[in-house]
Amino acid sequence: MRLTLHIWRQKNAADKGRFVKYEVDSASPDMSFLEMLDFLNQQLIERGEEPVAFEHDCREGICGCCGVVINGIANGPERGTTVCQLHLRHFKDGDTLYIEPWRSRAFPVIKDLVVDRSALDRIMQAGGYISARAGSAPDANAVLIPKETSELAMDAAECIGCGACAAACPNGAAMLFVAAKISHLGLLPQGQPERYRRVRAMVRQMDREGFGSCSNHRECAAVCPKRISIRFIAQANRDFINAYLTHPQAASGKSKAAKR
Amino acid sequence: MRLDPKIPAGPLEEKWTCYRNTVKLVSPANKRLFTVIVVGTGLAGASAAAALGELGYNVLAFCYQDSARRAHSIAAQGGINAAKNYQNDGDSTFRLFRETLAGGDFRSREANVYRLAEISGGIIDHCVAQGVPFAREYSGYLANRSFGGSLVSRTFYCRGQTGQQLLLGAYSALCRQVGLGRVRILPRTEMLDLVVAGGRARGIIARDLVTGRIEALTADAVLLATGGYANVFFLSTNGKGSNATAVWRAYKRGAGFANPCFTQVHPTCIPRSGDYQSKLTLMSESLRNDGRVWVPKRKGDGRDPAGIPETERDYFLERMYPRYGNLAPRDIASRAVKRMCDDGYGAGPGGRGVYLDLTGAIARLGEDVIRERYGNLFEMYKRITGEDPWRAPMRIYPAPHYTMGGLWVDYGLQSTIPGLFVLGEANFSDHGANRLGASALMQGLADGYFIIPYTLGEYFAGATLDKVSPSDRPFVEVQKEVQEQVARLLAVKGKRTVDTFHRELGAVLWEHCGMSRNAAGLRAAVEKIRALRGEFWEDVRVPGSAPDFNQELEKAGRVADYLELAELMCRDALEREESCGCHFREEFQTTDGEPVRDDGRFCHVAVWEYAGEDREPVRHTEPLAFETVQPAERSYK
Repeated sequence: MRLTLHIWRQKNAADKGRFVKYEVDSASPDMSFLEMLDFLNQQLIERGEEPVAFEHDCREGICGCCGVVINGIANGPERGTTVCQLHLRHFKDGDTLYIEPWRSRAFPVIKDLVVDRSALDRIMQAGGYISARAGSAPDANAVLIPKETSELAMDAAECIGCGACAAACPNGAAMLFVAAKISHLGLLPQGQPERYRRVRAMVRQMDREGFGSCSNHRECAAVCPKRISIRFIAQANRDFINAYLTHPQAASGKSKAAKR
Repeated sequence: MRLDPKIPAGPLEEKWTCYRNTVKLVSPANKRLFTVIVVGTGLAGASAAAALGELGYNVLAFCYQDSARRAHSIAAQGGINAAKNYQNDGDSTFRLFRETLAGGDFRSREANVYRLAEISGGIIDHCVAQGVPFAREYSGYLANRSFGGSLVSRTFYCRGQTGQQLLLGAYSALCRQVGLGRVRILPRTEMLDLVVAGGRARGIIARDLVTGRIEALTADAVLLATGGYANVFFLSTNGKGSNATAVWRAYKRGAGFANPCFTQVHPTCIPRSGDYQSKLTLMSESLRNDGRVWVPKRKGDGRDPAGIPETERDYFLERMYPRYGNLAPRDIASRAVKRMCDDGYGAGPGGRGVYLDLTGAIARLGEDVIRERYGNLFEMYKRITGEDPWRAPMRIYPAPHYTMGGLWVDYGLQSTIPGLFVLGEANFSDHGANRLGASALMQGLADGYFIIPYTLGEYFAGATLDKVSPSDRPFVEVQKEVQEQVARLLAVKGKRTVDTFHRELGAVLWEHCGMSRNAAGLRAAVEKIRALRGEFWEDVRVPGSAPDFNQELEKAGRVADYLELAELMCRDALEREESCGCHFREEFQTTDGEPVRDDGRFCHVAVWEYAGEDREPVRHTEPLAFETVQPAERSYK
């Protein structure tokens, strides 16, 4: 296969960046998109040019490292796929592809196609957990969880934290990411004690990071490599409203800690 | 090199309890005075960092990825073992212990393996408490599946993404500690060397992968949870970034390297499709629960598999191993697959593949059940191959997957360097010569959540640690060496890319130190590796500069280490004149091709000591004593 690539090249965060055109000849349709970039990079190095920086690790669609915008679509034209699992057989011989990094205010570019997604980690650090100390748990079968609940929690828990949702959102919102975690933990009995504290803390941190607000464009769910449903956003919104209306922060008004 | 495994006295069942009862403790107020460096944030590293943070230690956690949630534990698919006996099918701590020991072909320590089995149940309890959404039955109770090498159903799972869910559980526990200020995570940072001062591990030299800045960091103890080295083969199921640099540098600073030749080749991976291939993808062993492995009975039968009638198929695992059938352990299944393909029965391009067929299971259980159990694996297979596994059987072939070898540790997970602890796949301890499926997740989390919190306290309580600073001589010297190595890589300015060397190295190892090994091949491999290493330092081309985000420079450093490690693997394989577990020496087999173990000469751990540049490493041994289970011939027939 022959492909014409316009790849975003940017030396570092301070550089303005630009598209550079490359021609790739003799690519195989069985190559993954990232293997095609490997192939290009080998040629660039041999020609004495700098290879294109892009993020990747597992190449099995689960680590969440990779992700680029291809012809305006985060993770490319195939639904439910990371770019490491996107194969060239889905493109046509002679295609022209524009390849860009995630575009989002909260994800500054580090180099070429690599962006800084540490904002997502900080949201998790604000409250994306159940506080359970090692050694303190009861027997695993002590709390029964209906299969339907557990399956639904798993649907939400499948999020790989790649950031495609925020990159695709016209508002730059990270709601699908945040809602998936809120729903995963909020659905399970173990997650109940911290349920409303969690949603408050995570949403607060999300706003601080400069992500936009959700206005139901549904672009996030369309590009999500794990096909996470936007129904979880509805669920998170409900929890968020509940957190403020029916679960006031300091019920007794005495405890400062309860306000957090 | 002194190899004292420090196994506690007493009966096997009571060793760990006795250890915990008598272990020295550090008072809660004093814990925050100790700084612990944890390198790697996979299951072992993240769980250790979180658990130590919970105890009040001051923890620095390093990972080379952009986030602590991405380590390759995340790709583990099938499940995690625990001796819960929730199925009432005869499981017990003792049975899990015995199966793991026998699965490792009696090349691991009884006391370690027993402790692992003993802890296994608590891991499941803890993960459920964290919110890991394990598969459940309609009643709400936890579900189990079977795995290779076992006659009971003890594997807990989250669809085909168990590793992901367990890692996200550990990562969220880690996140909580970051929020509480007890753990600091340094992502995009790679450990490039270990600093030993006053005879103890006291810090690391790390490179910031964004700015290229090389810095010395001090600590009171260093924990390596950096995973395995299967990527030495270039094509493996590991993540592209997984590497051996941390353990290799620790080895060169005095840590013993145990059983480097014990590398697991996993039977069920998607076969390679071309020369551009960058990695191999595993199809979970759990598929062998419901799938049947077969080849056509006629050599070179090129027919569409659906058109080959039952009578013309050879279900060779069921034929060769009637008792375990398709659930024969990995080493045994891999060799059987290789043998069928070598003999000309293989299917697909180049005859390098056998069928993994779930047609019968789909007909018996229905598409919905199979989709629920393996749906994501079917999708993954379809995406990679372009073939639909709902219509035709999958094709699979073995690929390097896991390394049982690693840095030697004692019962407390401490290496031969005081203050250097090694956890998870990076150590050698629990799997002997072959790891059973669903045991890696168990070991990583056992080490991190439940073992190191005790054994690290024992070390701190018994040691007098002087203050150290990055301006101390050992730190300055090692930092300088690291900077020189980086400069040397950039200065070669040769013609060949890093990847070409790595691919060539992988091909040599796969050929001579893969599923089948012999003395002549291993000797030839040592020569080839040396020559390739020489050429690397003469002709490698690393573009860009040091103070920059430079992925080629990262790769070059890792490949330079692989070129040394590969030689040690071959030497170790050469010295071990027996066939055991994954290590199959052609000279030591029965007439029908079964491995022949030599307990008289090799019932030990081989531990290699670095002796300096261009000097032969020294081979030491730790004898393995079996008091509870006598080594028997390992039979799955």
